[in-house]
Amino acid sequence: MAIVQTRALTKVFKKGELGAVNSVDLESREGEFLVLLGPSGSGKTTLLRMIAGLEEPTSGEILIGGRVVNDMTPRERRIAMVFQSYALYPHLTVFGNIVFPLKAQGMEKGERQKKAEWAAGLLGIGHLMHRKPRELSGGERQRVALARAIVREPALFLLDEPLSNLDAKLRASARTELEQFQRRVATTTIYVTHDQVEAMAMGDRVVVMNKGLVRQIGTPAEVYDEPADTFVATFLGSPPMNLIDIGEATVGFRPEHFFPVSHLAGQAAVPADMREDARVGPYVPLRFLISHEEYLGAERILYGKLEGGRFDGKPAVSRMSSTHGAVFESGSVHAFAVRQGDLKFFHREQGTRTQPVPLS
Amino acid sequence: MSALGRQRWLGPAMFLPAILYVVALVGVPFVLAFLYSVGDVKVGSVGYHFVGLANFKSVLQSPTFLRSLRNSFVFTIASQVLVLLGANILAMALKNVFPGRRFVRFLILLPWVAPVSIGSIGWKWILDSLYSVINWVLIRFHLVNEFSPPMYLGEPKLAMISVILVHTWHMLPFATVIILAGWTAIPKDIPEAASVDGARFFRRLFQIELPMMLPIINVAVLFGVIFTFTDMTVVYILTRGGPYDTTQVLPSQAFFTGILGSDLAEGAAISLFLVPLLVVVAWLMLRTAHKAEVT
Repeated sequence: MAIVQTRALTKVFKKGELGAVNSVDLESREGEFLVLLGPSGSGKTTLLRMIAGLEEPTSGEILIGGRVVNDMTPRERRIAMVFQSYALYPHLTVFGNIVFPLKAQGMEKGERQKKAEWAAGLLGIGHLMHRKPRELSGGERQRVALARAIVREPALFLLDEPLSNLDAKLRASARTELEQFQRRVATTTIYVTHDQVEAMAMGDRVVVMNKGLVRQIGTPAEVYDEPADTFVATFLGSPPMNLIDIGEATVGFRPEHFFPVSHLAGQAAVPADMREDARVGPYVPLRFLISHEEYLGAERILYGKLEGGRFDGKPAVSRMSSTHGAVFESGSVHAFAVRQGDLKFFHREQGTRTQPVPLS
Repeated sequence: MSALGRQRWLGPAMFLPAILYVVALVGVPFVLAFLYSVGDVKVGSVGYHFVGLANFKSVLQSPTFLRSLRNSFVFTIASQVLVLLGANILAMALKNVFPGRRFVRFLILLPWVAPVSIGSIGWKWILDSLYSVINWVLIRFHLVNEFSPPMYLGEPKLAMISVILVHTWHMLPFATVIILAGWTAIPKDIPEAASVDGARFFRRLFQIELPMMLPIINVAVLFGVIFTFTDMTVVYILTRGGPYDTTQVLPSQAFFTGILGSDLAEGAAISLFLVPLLVVVAWLMLRTAHKAEVT
């Protein structure tokens, strides 16, 4: 068990170019499931590879368990990594794959056998020991890769998009399994993904990265509800947060917080002061010109434009449960509202969070 | 003719030229060689008498033949071992990115693209008894006796070593290219996974990388074996099989006996000795090629 720290960690692939990873400061907690989330090219995999020792940092420090490991080989770092492709050794059997790290450690044969059986049992692949990787399904390969990682009880687990090669259905179950597995072995884990659902579902904390920079670190709820900047706000959530330029600031609200007033009418807390124009108050009423609707089974997504006031002509998206029965015809205008507290304000140029500004 | 009927003829029509080519240039000479080996044909003779296995018997009794047979094996095995070692080391060096890599790759390919005969003539000068540059250098550094420097092509052991080394020089690029291709075919993740798993250089090389390349290495070796077993260029140009037939290999001996010695029948018998062995090698080659395809 160990914690990982990075200090101003930077990787520049070509001199003069922007770094793939720029001065990243991270600190994991003991036994934590830390997710690095970002679009492709955000530097999350490069960061992971530097921690693994597969990529040499241009500058900065990496500490594992309090020791600087910059000059250590991957072997000396006592980490285990699961690759996106699983990187199983194709000429070895499942057993051969799993004992490989133990052999490299110089563990004696009987011990190896025991450990391999333990790891395979943990992942339910004991019956596959004599197969070759090419004879396995995607899900089985993923488990072999995990077994190979866990078998020598590493100080740190690094996982590079291990679920991205599975089909959608398998991915959901593998996600749950992986999460439970991590809780059980309680090894500090750094998990790279571009899939926000994975990040939100599995991570104790999420590190949102873009263009080599860490934009925000926080629990899934923190990064979703209190995004640090407009990138985090739009990267998380599907559809993303509505962002509307209002001159001195950018105001944002999540589609699920933008709902028809009719929806509100049935509830007790109808605000008395709902008016046509936006003003400071518990609710901000907005007129919403619907252009089209997507029906997704469990939910409905409405696309359209805001009308009137400072928001006139700005595109917005609303998301509501499909149990909400109202009919919204294309081209019709409806009274919608956002709770005052659900509005987030961002600096217009820098995109960072700012204090709320009055809307009227 | 219906489309289907046309298709039925089109296929065979397309590969007919290939079949004709193989029959004319491989099949006919092969049958001819077989007929010669059981007959009494000499250059210029008109008749043909069946003599059974007499030619093979006489060949087997000749000490020169036995020597050539042994030499063929020494020549092939030694040069292939050297080629394999050299090609792996070169491929390992060349797979890394470094400035001037393209130029170095080009240089290494040169011996393969240059005609063997020209290359070998160059080597003949380099190894010459009087004008050898190697000896010139060694004498300047006082490493060999100025008055009796080594005669690279004139002493049986040295001659054999020279022939093997020159042939290795010639075969090396081809094997390097094949093995380099095999190396680039290994996904980068796998050796990386091995390093993270704690494997150091040699464990990675011998337990992961080389086993993964084995099908491709096999192809390189089998090609090399066939090329070397059937080739006489280097021997012919450098030593003509000398001194005293000590570097004679089966193809060169077949040539000297059958063509230059005008005993076609015995020459054919010598060259046919290679057939069973080459059949086995060819079969192995097809099998590995097939295996390499599957994985």
